[in-house]
Amino acid sequence: MIIGESGSGKTTLLKCMVGLNEIDAGEVLFDGRNFYDLDFNGKKEIRKEIGMLFQGGALFDSKTVEENVAFPLSMFTDLTESEKRDRANFCLQRVNLPDANKLYPAELSGGMKKRVAIARAIAVQPKYLFCDEPNSGLDPKTSIVIDNLIKEITDEYGITTMVITHDMNSVIEIGDNIMFIYKGDNWWQGSKEDILKTDNQEVCDFVYATKFMKNLKTKF
Amino acid sequence: MNIFFHFGRYYILIKRAFGKPEKLSLYKDRIFEEMYSLGVGSLGIVAIISVFMGAVITIQTAFNFESPLIPPYAVGVAVRDTMILEFSPAIVSLILAGKIGSSIASEIGTMRVTEQIDALEIMGINSAGYLIFPKIIASVLFNPILIIFSMFLGILGGYIFGLMAGVVTDFEYILGITYAFRPFNVIYALIKTAVFAFIIASVPAYHGYYTKGGALEVGRSSTKGVVYASVLILAFDLILTQVLLV
Repeated sequence: MIIGESGSGKTTLLKCMVGLNEIDAGEVLFDGRNFYDLDFNGKKEIRKEIGMLFQGGALFDSKTVEENVAFPLSMFTDLTESEKRDRANFCLQRVNLPDANKLYPAELSGGMKKRVAIARAIAVQPKYLFCDEPNSGLDPKTSIVIDNLIKEITDEYGITTMVITHDMNSVIEIGDNIMFIYKGDNWWQGSKEDILKTDNQEVCDFVYATKFMKNLKTKF
Repeated sequence: MNIFFHFGRYYILIKRAFGKPEKLSLYKDRIFEEMYSLGVGSLGIVAIISVFMGAVITIQTAFNFESPLIPPYAVGVAVRDTMILEFSPAIVSLILAGKIGSSIASEIGTMRVTEQIDALEIMGINSAGYLIFPKIIASVLFNPILIIFSMFLGILGGYIFGLMAGVVTDFEYILGITYAFRPFNVIYALIKTAVFAFIIASVPAYHGYYTKGGALEVGRSSTKGVVYASVLILAFDLILTQVLLV
């Protein structure tokens, strides 16, 4: 998980990792393959292994939920229409949206959009899943549903998942390895247990910014 | 310097748009979808404008031809040549730049600010190719049909309203529209239309594709797309007229 204040560079880092932003220095390795050393086709192959959950869902407005989920299958597989439909509906069922297939994105709530976006991301069975603030704009209950879904899918499909968030509940709920970004730098790195015990001032200011977390700290 | 920056970026985008498609069959479907939404959806406005412009040109021309040295069939000649040479290819293209251009820029601009284009890129899809190529091809293929439709309706509108207003007779008008007809004029109009169609689809698409920000910027991109497309249509109208007719 990558955490940090707003404007600290979390989304920029994520966009650099998936090739949406160009990098000035360094390298981005996917199983030893440096993304930025690859040619267009090489990058395309890596991108086919990536699933991404955008902050707003980034669903295609002109397509139904089912078409959105089946879209990557249409582009990169030779499945028949019924096979694509079956796969899309299986993915929608997996994210607990079995009856939403004929709806358009405009007819969905924020949480449903995120779930459809997860279904679309897993439709092509990616090796890596990147999530950009999956809980933004969601109520606490729906946030937990999305967090758990990400965790379950990560374990079930053996995916490497990277989540960007500033929601400490998510960190505690599903975080394994945590990186804290501060003013564009990798400021702190550790486990979920470590972050609650650290005495790094910037990390503490961020983690214990809410009363709830402060109260939790006193219990440690 | 700014103009070179935009020209270079536009060139790179169009080159990407014409890159190898991921799946040809999907692009074919997209072209037909775009033909329907951009082309068929414009039939109504093109029909209304063409009929009324044909009628107005007929009545105005007849009103201004007072000299007895000018034969009455000259009204038909004037309407035909105005519609074929300039009104249908250039003025209708300007109107389409407003209608289609704003729709293309705002659609692609909204896709940009809502990260839909990023989503395409992440999937390994050439977003420029998937979004812009079908719009350009649909426009270049369908706009000439719209323009021929406009020529026909303009001349028909002139005929109907000319007769109703009593400014021209049936025989004089038909003689006029067939008198000294040069088929090359239609070819010239279609060449112009194809070039204008490319501008109408590609320039607003460029402005939409590079939109940054939110809803306000989408509106600005849409306006810029229409303005630049209109200016380029006028500039290419002059250039093509010079090259093809002179």
